Amino acid sequence: MTNSLPSVTIVRRIKAPPAKVWAAITQPDLMLQWWGPDAGPTLSVEADVRPGGRFSVVFRLLNGDEHNPTGVYREVAPEKKLVFTWDLPGAPEPESLVTFRLEPFDGGTELTLTHERLPDEAARASHEHGWNGLLDKLPVFLGVAS
Amino acid sequence: MVKYQASRMDRTFSALADPTRRGVLLRLMDEPGLSVSELARPFSLKLPGMMKHLDVLSDAGLITRTKAGRTVSVHLSVGPMQEAMAWLQRYERFWTVSLDRLVALVEADCER
Repeated sequence: MTNSLPSVTIVRRIKAPPAKVWAAITQPDLMLQWWGPDAGPTLSVEADVRPGGRFSVVFRLLNGDEHNPTGVYREVAPEKKLVFTWDLPGAPEPESLVTFRLEPFDGGTELTLTHERLPDEAARASHEHGWNGLLDKLPVFLGVAS
Repeated sequence: MVKYQASRMDRTFSALADPTRRGVLLRLMDEPGLSVSELARPFSLKLPGMMKHLDVLSDAGLITRTKAGRTVSVHLSVGPMQEAMAWLQRYERFWTVSLDRLVALVEADCER
């Protein structure tokens, strides 16, 4: 694995088996219960979970704004890996890629989520490390370190 | 407007996807105003090669170049990188909260 693009990676160890976690990230009735960045409601979920199938989620933030990310499943390996594109209509940003990886861990599941820019040719040509240093330094440089 | 910003962010990310160019930006954070030949030296690059990298960074709006006499000095321009950072921070927040809720959901389900 290389880290040649800016990406967000989050790892969680969950006290539930991969089958449970897989259900929660692929079944619309379960996705409705957690998908969203604050305590605002998730309004609808459509998920055709197979390679080439589409998903569409609508959630409302506490401030009343509604968002509707959509995308296409790229890779579906039950209880192991789920990869889909992410497009936020109307947002000033290019399409990106989300990957959920599930690994059995100590009777539970280690979940690794990555949200990254879609790799393009320029990025594929670059297989060297170095992103971390830049990203570690950037917040300080930009004065946004928390 | 929206389209313009998206393509600008594409250029930012694509410019950042090269180790030499990231190295140039890192050096400019420490030493703003370096000349092109000073930038080229640690990468053992010839000037034309460095100029090409600087053109890409410049097209993406990541650097500005100013000429004083025969020396061109290079400075960082933070706007596009701030947009890229904002993108990362937005999704970090989005997924952190969503995954907290996901974990609570599946763990509660297992305890039942």
